[in-house]
Amino acid sequence: MGKAKIKRASTSIDMTAMCDVSFLLLTFFVLTATARQPETLSVDTAPSYSQAKLPDGNLAIITVGGEGKVFFSMSDQNVRVEALKSMGAIYGIDFTPEEQAQFQSMEDFGVPIRNMKELLKMDPSARAAVQKGIPVDSTTNLTNELSGWVKQARLASAKILKNKAIEEGKDPDDIDLLTVAIKSDADEKFPSLNLIIETLRNQKQNKFSFVTGLKSADQ
Amino acid sequence: MAELNQDSGKQAKGGKVRAKKNGGKVDLTAMVDLAFLLITFFMLTTSLNKPQAMDVAMPDKNVETDKQTDVNVDEHRSVTLVLGSNDKIVWYQGAVTSPKTPPTVIDYSKDGLRKVLLEMKQLVPKQTGGKDMIVVIRPSEKSVTRNIIDALDEMKIADIKRYMISNRIMKEEIELLEKENIYND
Repeated sequence: MGKAKIKRASTSIDMTAMCDVSFLLLTFFVLTATARQPETLSVDTAPSYSQAKLPDGNLAIITVGGEGKVFFSMSDQNVRVEALKSMGAIYGIDFTPEEQAQFQSMEDFGVPIRNMKELLKMDPSARAAVQKGIPVDSTTNLTNELSGWVKQARLASAKILKNKAIEEGKDPDDIDLLTVAIKSDADEKFPSLNLIIETLRNQKQNKFSFVTGLKSADQ
Repeated sequence: MAELNQDSGKQAKGGKVRAKKNGGKVDLTAMVDLAFLLITFFMLTTSLNKPQAMDVAMPDKNVETDKQTDVNVDEHRSVTLVLGSNDKIVWYQGAVTSPKTPPTVIDYSKDGLRKVLLEMKQLVPKQTGGKDMIVVIRPSEKSVTRNIIDALDEMKIADIKRYMISNRIMKEEIELLEKENIYND
């Protein structure tokens, strides 16, 4: 019997499979990555050491900056429509299905509800210039429109999540409540921030989050 | 590595240059490198661009009467931070009319607020017989959001269990700030 010859393996490896997998993963990450929407009112948040992250969904953010301009945004599109409908009912404004669809795709807004129809008619790129903020004061009356928006967003979120829980056969009382966050410019003076905090407290939304930047290294 | 360009140079010596048959193998190293680089990029950016959140809980408010319920606490326990302008704080222990320690101006740095908080955290239980300190953060109208966030941050760092944000600033406290010249626009 002859000696079995040891075959020299080639040093080059077949990378086809590896390439396939990596591109699959790449596609996945590209598709799941959500492009950051340009904000109508860009604010520079104060940094903090806090490690907690904001939740992805079921979130409402109140942005305040530029000497007391208040903007409101809701993360969930269904909540947006529900909130708009109920706000329309309260203030006696009827929104058409087209306007609702426009509102659904709008990330954030900062106009009094009387001017909402005009805003929705405008081209999305032209909207930023005309928004001067949502009226807010220290009352719980109709003049404090932010109070209405927050309340309706909370109710809409609870309603949608309850219906979903019932559909899935879960306990409708065991739902996550809407997270309310305040995104305030670092140099915003306390009185305008205080109005928002008081607005939230007046409707027993005593827990909220401050959106902050990351402060990494110790000073 | 170099399967794509197997130009050994032998053919250049003379004679016909033969087109070499390629085995159909393409070197994928560079492609895989690039793919993994992009994967890493997207993985990191998706989780990192989420903003930080700082949770705050405010005391419950009686909307009808809008009156603060007064709770009597040992005045040694309460440490009040009055946030002024120019990134400065005035702090005192006890009531503003008869403070246990004279109101002092500090800043938000490590040697300012943090040092005071850590010292008082040790001192207060000794003065009160084991009761912990209550910190009241009282932003004035001239303070900015950054100050509040910084103050809350220091509460977390100094591990203070009881603290609250109060927006009922007193006349005496504003006078204090004015006296220290940290109540400017």
